[in-house]
Amino acid sequence: MTHQFPALSPEQKKALSDIAQRIVASGKGILAADESVGTMGNRLQRINVENTEQNRRAFREILFSSDASINQSIGGVILFHETLYQKDSSGKPFPALIKEKGIVVGIKLDEGTAPLAGTNGETTIQGLDGLAERCAQYKKDGADFGKWRAVLKITSTTPSQLAIQENANTLARYASICQQHGLVPIVEPEILPDGDHDLQRCQYVTEKVLAAVYKALNDHHVYLEGTLLKPNMVMAGHSCPKKYTPQDVAVATVTTLLRTVPAAVPGICFLSGGQSEEEASVNLNAMNQSPLPKPWKLTFSYGRALQASALAAWVGKSENKKAAQEAFRKRAQINSLACRGQYVVSGKTDAAAMQSLFTASYTY
Amino acid sequence: MTHQYPALTAEQKKELSDIALRIVAPGKGILAADESVGHMAKRLNQIGVENTEENRRLYRQILFSADSRVKKCIGGVIFFHETMYQKADDGTPFVQMIKDKGIVVGIKVDKGVVPLAGTDGETTTQGLDGLSERCAQYKKDGADFAKWRCVLKISNNTPSALAIMENANVLARYASICQQNGIVPIVEPEILPDGDHDLKRCQYVTEKVLAAVYKALSDHHVYLEGTLLKPNMVTPGHSCPTKYSPEEIAMATVTALRRTVPPAVPGVTFLSGGQSEEEASINLNAINTCPLLRPWALTFSYGRALQASALSAWRGQRDNAIAATEEFVKRAEVNGLAALGKYEGSGDDSGAAGQSLYVANHAY
Repeated sequence: MTHQFPALSPEQKKALSDIAQRIVASGKGILAADESVGTMGNRLQRINVENTEQNRRAFREILFSSDASINQSIGGVILFHETLYQKDSSGKPFPALIKEKGIVVGIKLDEGTAPLAGTNGETTIQGLDGLAERCAQYKKDGADFGKWRAVLKITSTTPSQLAIQENANTLARYASICQQHGLVPIVEPEILPDGDHDLQRCQYVTEKVLAAVYKALNDHHVYLEGTLLKPNMVMAGHSCPKKYTPQDVAVATVTTLLRTVPAAVPGICFLSGGQSEEEASVNLNAMNQSPLPKPWKLTFSYGRALQASALAAWVGKSENKKAAQEAFRKRAQINSLACRGQYVVSGKTDAAAMQSLFTASYTY
Repeated sequence: MTHQYPALTAEQKKELSDIALRIVAPGKGILAADESVGHMAKRLNQIGVENTEENRRLYRQILFSADSRVKKCIGGVIFFHETMYQKADDGTPFVQMIKDKGIVVGIKVDKGVVPLAGTDGETTTQGLDGLSERCAQYKKDGADFAKWRCVLKISNNTPSALAIMENANVLARYASICQQNGIVPIVEPEILPDGDHDLKRCQYVTEKVLAAVYKALSDHHVYLEGTLLKPNMVTPGHSCPTKYSPEEIAMATVTALRRTVPPAVPGVTFLSGGQSEEEASINLNAINTCPLLRPWALTFSYGRALQASALSAWRGQRDNAIAATEEFVKRAEVNGLAALGKYEGSGDDSGAAGQSLYVANHAY
């Protein structure tokens, strides 16, 4: 507590900070394309496509072979392990395909949840074993940032003190290890939207969770300027009878962040957590239009909320590739406008965009 | 950890937030005139004046008689208990004199340091007993903010984990109690400048201390928008052989704050901690011209650095009162400019010349 044993050299710090700034450069956000095999199965099942490696590869190729101008809306792409080593139809590795558009490649690093005994169904996250070696290898293979998702839920007895503290601690260990290997850690403490709690309750819990996360990051000597945060927006539970406007969500979310996230963090990339594509864009836009101060970028790291329309347009048929890419490009552009507070909601919205993407107790 | 039992109503929050914003309005800072009787003894001794209640009253009268020029540079004055109930020659209570100038009245509420057994001479601060009742009374008697000073020091073994945790906790209890009584708490975790440690060491310790303070404030449900922070600037120890420029001090200080102080905190009012009047102004100015984004007001809460010249001009002689008041007003105006980054310095080193000395923040 008294002496500093620097975790990183100035050169290492600069490299991390530069990567983080590139990912959240003005108007840019993240495509979360890191669905595990099981989760991709759920997605493909919805459009009646078989969950094979080839189909998973084909869909990701559609996204990653988008025209290079997609780099004005997308600053980073998160990949699953399998995808990092797949190639497009011409044999070009996906990381190269993404990087040549000037987009940063990221890799999901956690290995899923594990139960916390003695709690009300709460979990922590595994994946620390051998993480240093994995990070070093991924860095060699083209990744410049990592992602690790911790999960908490709101009920009358949760999140418990233990769950908050344990998940904050593992997030901080993961972040520390990433930085040692030149990877910018995206820190994701997701509080699930399941439940009937109201907006205030979600705000209260999110403030407590984020305060614990940043204390843990400080304790573990993590260089904040070389990290990104991926939190939930502050919203009412999915079965809450009361309805809130995007402005309510914006004020609650930004207030929470102002109370807990140090200004040194360059960017906050929200998860979409079951919101429809349109909802996720409108809420992000409302935040960026809010008169509250915003010393960090407020942008997106969307999975479902960027891909739903593209999936629906593709339905597994290669002749639908252009339509699928157009659907993806459109959502990317809308979210780019939203992270500058410039999205003007048009009258018509298509069915896929409005479809709620909520799955109870969502896990990857 | 799961449910919120609101500590404050919306009205209470607004009142606290309004007070805090008035104190740190642009170009304004705090006159720390809360020296205890023992502390005043040292000051008066230095100018050969006897430490009587009357002399203390006469001296504070000099400060509080300042004309309307101080309205634009002094947002708050911290009183010692005795001074709250003293009057000017014409019978006007000091509290009223200050309020009539539109300046917020504050009160020192801690009761000094006590040792932490089993540590290397470390301390905590007492004063929590009956604090609620005292706050209620001070609020009735005209105070709208309070101050509580904790002390930490840097040596080979300090600050220890216990000292950091205990002082952070006691600060949070004090802050919570103040807010319950409509009083804005100034949170002061001073890390003494004694020692030969370098700038980096002070920065490291300051980051650890402030992270602990803000975790404690979150744990104790303190409303950050209704608080102020009074930290040390990040400086080398007094006997450190290496010299640093104001820009280096500014960079280290602002970096430390950006990593630990949530943007919801409206203002940071630095203590001067043994710096000369000019040094304290030059450093504050450099802090306000630092190229990093600063989401809180960065201003002063100076004791000696506002009063040294006034004290020497007075020397206990009534005839010198007007000249002494003028010295105070001059320093107040200088620091008001420094709080806006507009102070050019008294000598040959002007603000513009110093600009080029900012080093990239990856080195911090």
